[in-house]
Amino acid sequence: MPPLFELRDVCFDYDDVPALSGLSLNIAQGERVALVGANGSGKSTLLRLLDGLCFASQGTVSFAGQPLTAEHLADDGFAFPFRRRVALVFQNPDVQLFNPTVFDEVAFAPLQLRWSKEKVLAKVSETLELMGIAHLRERPPYRLSGGEKKRVALASVIVIDPEVLLLDEPTATLDPRSQSQVIDLIQEWKGSSKTVITATHQLEIVEDIAERVLVLEAGGVAASGTSAEILSNHELLLRANLVHAHRHSHGGVVHSHPHIHSHSEHEH
Amino acid sequence: MKRGFLEATTLGFAHALTRAMFAEQTARQRGLLQSLDPRVRLLGLFMLVLAVTLSRKLSVVAGLFALALVIAVLSKVRIATLATRVWLVVLAFTGVIALPAIFVTPGHPVAALGPVTVTEQGLCTAALLILRVETAVTFTTLLVLCTPWTHVLKALRALRLPKEAITMLAMTHRYVFLLVETASQMFESRRSRTVGTLKPAEQRHMAARTAGVLLSKSINLSNEVYLAMQSRGFRGDVHVLSDFHLTMWDYCGLLVFLLAEGIAVWMGR
Repeated sequence: MPPLFELRDVCFDYDDVPALSGLSLNIAQGERVALVGANGSGKSTLLRLLDGLCFASQGTVSFAGQPLTAEHLADDGFAFPFRRRVALVFQNPDVQLFNPTVFDEVAFAPLQLRWSKEKVLAKVSETLELMGIAHLRERPPYRLSGGEKKRVALASVIVIDPEVLLLDEPTATLDPRSQSQVIDLIQEWKGSSKTVITATHQLEIVEDIAERVLVLEAGGVAASGTSAEILSNHELLLRANLVHAHRHSHGGVVHSHPHIHSHSEHEH
Repeated sequence: MKRGFLEATTLGFAHALTRAMFAEQTARQRGLLQSLDPRVRLLGLFMLVLAVTLSRKLSVVAGLFALALVIAVLSKVRIATLATRVWLVVLAFTGVIALPAIFVTPGHPVAALGPVTVTEQGLCTAALLILRVETAVTFTTLLVLCTPWTHVLKALRALRLPKEAITMLAMTHRYVFLLVETASQMFESRRSRTVGTLKPAEQRHMAARTAGVLLSKSINLSNEVYLAMQSRGFRGDVHVLSDFHLTMWDYCGLLVFLLAEGIAVWMGR
């Protein structure tokens, strides 16, 4: 059985500025993977490649053994099942929320996938209840708080029950309670055959959302391992700008050491 | 630091948009227009606007204006809101255009202001122009105030407006808020880092640079939004839910609108 995603020597540039260079990786079905890296390390670009929104200038990307190219996605026979199976939650919810009401927003994807009216109405109502946003259904998305926007953005893709969920910084800019709600939601997918790929630079959530961690650095994979292996490698994390040297004093003696926050506790 | 023209205009626009959002509260009230199917509202008020533009008699347009007032009261729209947000603004703009007609239209003189003469026909022409615009804009405002924007769009779609046009309207409405908010934040950010008064030339340069950055941001935003739409299965053809149902009440409403329009057009020939 081929890997769900297979990338070989992938390069991608933004106007001659390289975002990904020679990146190769496999992601199996049902895996929960975290892509960690500092700002500009290529996490968001990689997610867009996996969602078929941009295409490699060099190298190959395939999904379930089929090439993920612009030509292939122009074919409805491939595009509809692909969009049904793979969904991306953007980092900036304002980009994703373009419909006049929350209900319309959540109904957008099912309608584009040509679901019947009855199925759309039932599924949207169910998803709004599941996400705890049923009371917002007639509200315009631009009048929501940051946490509410994020939940609506998640609801707008979860409604189609995708097999693969791509999340771009799902907890960035959220208050602690909203962060916890989003993490709970990702964890609820545990044990199912769903694949969850999360890009983040917040190490404190990695253990909760992924079993495998890929550290991205300068457009390539710098390291790959379990959450425990990666999070205990302080040298790697320091080099990848994921932790910082914490400088403080004890009894007048100043010293410094790597600094990391975990979701449940704060370690020094 | 004193606010420049562009900044003041942008902030005023943002304030107006914020007020526009609260118009949705009127749309949720129980009133005459709100009780009708959005398609009937749209079609009926459009027909009345058409009757206003086709009527050549001041008395008929005045009658339609009175009808607009009755509809406003029965639809729980505050007359003070219409007066301040619609009638005064329209009077200011249309008055400038209509004013010369009072003096240049030949006819029976009723007063003399120095070398120029005010004629009866001139007064009638100016009054007809102003009242026509006031009445047409009042009907349009009633539609906007009494109908959630989503329902306006759905009604337009149900009336066979092209999907592309509906999408453009929806996106424009959605992102104008975001861009105005971004522009306001850019001005606030600039003010927080500026001490003293800038020279007019510097202010112009600053405004030009801000406009450029905003344009660049809007292009980036539109690209991102398109990708987000594609990601959720958009293939260039918009599909929307239309769950409007016409009842006997709606058919009666449509009939009343048709009768009012027919009578106004016939009497105003």
